[in-house]
Amino acid sequence: MPSELNLDYSLLTPEFCLAGLAAIILGLDLFAPQVRKEWLPYITALGLVGVLGVSLGWLDVESDFAGIIYVDDYTTFFRVFFTATAAVVALMSAQFVRDRLKNNGEYYALLVLSVIGAVYMAASRELLTAYISLELLSFSLYVLVSFARMDPKSNEGGMKYMLLGAFASALLLYGLSLIYGSAGTTYYSDIATAYSGSTESFDLGLLMGMVLLLAGLGFKVAAVPFHMWTPDAYEGAPLPITAYLSATSKIAGFALLLRLFTGAFMPVLDDWQWMVAALAALTMVLGNLVALQQTNVKRLLAYSSIGQVGYMLMAIAALSAATASALLLHMAGYVVTNLAAFTCIIAWYNLTGKDDIADMRGMAERAPVLAAVLTGALFSLSGMPLFAGFFTKFILFQAVASEGFIWLTVIAVVMSFVSLYYYLMVIKELYISQPDEEGRLQVPAMASGLAVALMVGVFYVGIYPRPLFEIAEEATNILFV
Amino acid sequence: MQSGYVLLATIAVPLFVAIVLLAVPSKQVNMVRYLSVATGFALFGLSLYAFFAYQVDSGEQYQFEMQWAWIENVAFLGEDGITLHLGIDGIGAPMVLLTGIVAFAGTLISWKIEYRNKDYFILYFLLVAGVFGVFVSLDLFFWFFFYELAVLPMYLLIGVWGASSKFPTFARTKEYSALKLTMVLVGASVLIFVGIFVVFVEADTGTFDLVALYSVEYDENFQKIVFPLFLIGCGVLAGLWPFHTWSPDGHVAAPTAVSMLHAGVLMKLGAFGIIRLGMQLLPEGAEFWMPMLITLGTINVVYGAISAMAQTDFKYMVGYSSVSHMGYVLMGLATMNAVGVNGAVLQMFSHGVMTALMFAMVGVLYDQAHTRDMAAFGGLVKRMPHFVAFFAIAGLASLGLPGLSGFVAEFNVFLGVFQTYPALGGLAVLGAAITAVYILRMMARAFFGEENERWSGENALKDMSRFEYVGGAILIAFIILMGVFPSPFVDRISETVLQIPGVA
Repeated sequence: MPSELNLDYSLLTPEFCLAGLAAIILGLDLFAPQVRKEWLPYITALGLVGVLGVSLGWLDVESDFAGIIYVDDYTTFFRVFFTATAAVVALMSAQFVRDRLKNNGEYYALLVLSVIGAVYMAASRELLTAYISLELLSFSLYVLVSFARMDPKSNEGGMKYMLLGAFASALLLYGLSLIYGSAGTTYYSDIATAYSGSTESFDLGLLMGMVLLLAGLGFKVAAVPFHMWTPDAYEGAPLPITAYLSATSKIAGFALLLRLFTGAFMPVLDDWQWMVAALAALTMVLGNLVALQQTNVKRLLAYSSIGQVGYMLMAIAALSAATASALLLHMAGYVVTNLAAFTCIIAWYNLTGKDDIADMRGMAERAPVLAAVLTGALFSLSGMPLFAGFFTKFILFQAVASEGFIWLTVIAVVMSFVSLYYYLMVIKELYISQPDEEGRLQVPAMASGLAVALMVGVFYVGIYPRPLFEIAEEATNILFV
Repeated sequence: MQSGYVLLATIAVPLFVAIVLLAVPSKQVNMVRYLSVATGFALFGLSLYAFFAYQVDSGEQYQFEMQWAWIENVAFLGEDGITLHLGIDGIGAPMVLLTGIVAFAGTLISWKIEYRNKDYFILYFLLVAGVFGVFVSLDLFFWFFFYELAVLPMYLLIGVWGASSKFPTFARTKEYSALKLTMVLVGASVLIFVGIFVVFVEADTGTFDLVALYSVEYDENFQKIVFPLFLIGCGVLAGLWPFHTWSPDGHVAAPTAVSMLHAGVLMKLGAFGIIRLGMQLLPEGAEFWMPMLITLGTINVVYGAISAMAQTDFKYMVGYSSVSHMGYVLMGLATMNAVGVNGAVLQMFSHGVMTALMFAMVGVLYDQAHTRDMAAFGGLVKRMPHFVAFFAIAGLASLGLPGLSGFVAEFNVFLGVFQTYPALGGLAVLGAAITAVYILRMMARAFFGEENERWSGENALKDMSRFEYVGGAILIAFIILMGVFPSPFVDRISETVLQIPGVA
């Protein structure tokens, strides 16, 4: 614990803004019902972009709030990342939420609130603060997943997610308490100090704590074998929330893991490294193999995202400055790609009401822009060149191999090859199969515009990744001083 | 003047045209065609220039060099990191020329495609950009980048514009073939991927620059372990037995121009990869594993030829003959002597133009007759004299008739093989003999002899169109050029071959 508490509330301005934005959205919904349906998504997105701008004010600042919330480049990176992601999700929700869901105000307010949780997961350097932030994100998501109240699948998904999530939280808390018992503090830096001096070879409290902690966090990021909720929650959730789950919820988990493991547990690397490596291997293999069986595109992307989590866990297992920056790079590429894919799927669902892979046949004839972007996004996820996926995977895998985890890299490359198969099965429906019905569909300009814009982002990362990579490195430098 | 921008243009032009095509309305079928053929012509011009402006005896190992910083000093990347390093040596030069020739001929042959021809040409040019990229890249990252780029569009090209085959006892749908080709090739590239990772780690120089990686001394055992990754990984694309079965299926299902490009040029990427990543990077590993390669290569030659003999489908015959001819390339490389490797590279070029011509001619026939069954034809020479002449030239080049390109290449390979592995030389010659059998038999049955009544009256077959004529003629020009005047090729290749470590 720092000797003198720095209670500089201005450091938290972006999050105050977010909370204010959520309040404004709720107020608008309450007092100005005529604007709420049409304008809420755009107000939300605009507000989020505004907060993004505000958070850039702390660029290259290094400061902390009472030793628990750190505002540095790492935090700024994720502030930008999460607000931008939420803004895109708000935009892609517009039509879907207006047509299919009730209580639009709450939907967008929860979306904004979840960003606060996600940001503090990345920013906190104290176990309990991290835990509370995680719960803030999770609770928003529990509600959002079950937001389609009349849809039994949404209820089922939400229920599973919440029950298992509560269970995971309990595990996590227990793990944290054991670590507290072993280290005597909840501050990351103090934990690191406590362990760096000790020469004791075996610390049961720490080991049990690590196991429980990994189980709890493994649940949040959907690592095998704690992934069971993922396919159901993905399938049941309203589509934009599925996209949001695959993006922010996972990335925030990794932001926390990275901050925690670099900040607190580097001295006891040997105690947890093998666990994370095993989790990574399991997650990659199972996620990708089970994805082969899926017939629904949401479930397919759920398992494919589990596979992606496996790749990301490798970076935690082979933790170093190089893998950390590679991880941030990969996550950024992955999120842009995934959002592009979901934008197309949502637009298709809005037009046809279908989300089975087989029902996407002939999309190239009926909605060529969506089909092209979706194909590009899937190629990117499988790691094909020109798209973001090739470069970010290449760098991530090479970084892991450079740390000596060649066996993990080999599994990752093989699984990445397996993933190509199920992505190709979707692409086959889009391009090779003939459509059921004739005629072009009128895709709203908003949807195709967003899809194309995200695709441009995917190409940008794939062809000129230098700026992003350098930003990622700058953001992670602070973790390794 | 030699400028790396020439090589950069071979990659950038097709990519740029692919983007331009995105903006062309898909109803403008003709505009797409003109633009594509013009691009093909431009690429042909660029590659001719690159080939003939390449200076023999210049003392430079790589010419047309250029190096653009792309990423450096981030994470594990050091001073040079990843650079867009382009350049060609005497092996790259004929390969660039080959790509230019076949890509141009392919755009001409593709003129008649009407179904979504815009999408077709976008993917086609992505493929072409990938192929050029592999031949001119001197950076391991970009080498692999373009290698994957060359595989990426194949699935859709075959799946959407390809054709399924039916035989009395089994069928091969285009979806099956497209999937098989893509998965096998990407699966093989897993090995290359892993190879790249371990080489980068072992070299520990923080750069993917190939020239820098060549100068590192790798541990002998490391080389022996890693070389097979590159050998098999690249070998699969070169049609290496027993991983060759994607090739006949894939080439048969693909639309004509894609078969030409894939059999003519893409299979050469595999052989090129064995040289660039295998022999040049890990010479001691190469020395250790070459006896295995010569064995597999010999099987390729003989097995491929026997399989080709058993085919009743024109395109399958050509497909298996490619497997057989790529066997000569592998055998030539495996000899590790100057003559043999020289022959291998010559064969890469020779087989490229010759097989492209064969696939083009099969396409001419199939597009009219909608069957490729050899037994369904006879006496074609009466109705399609030019077609028969073109096909015959390709066939004769493939069986090694002196005066055509195949002879020069195969003769060198034979010499090389007899030098190092006399016992296998006989088998190699046997392969050529079998080739003569199936080519001549096919010609006798389908081109000469009784005219089949089925193709008279309404179904009368017409000779080639103007575009097919021009496309074929360009290919033939190079078959004959290399046959009667091989020195531009031999000079460039033999100089470079001697710079490959371990080749004497």
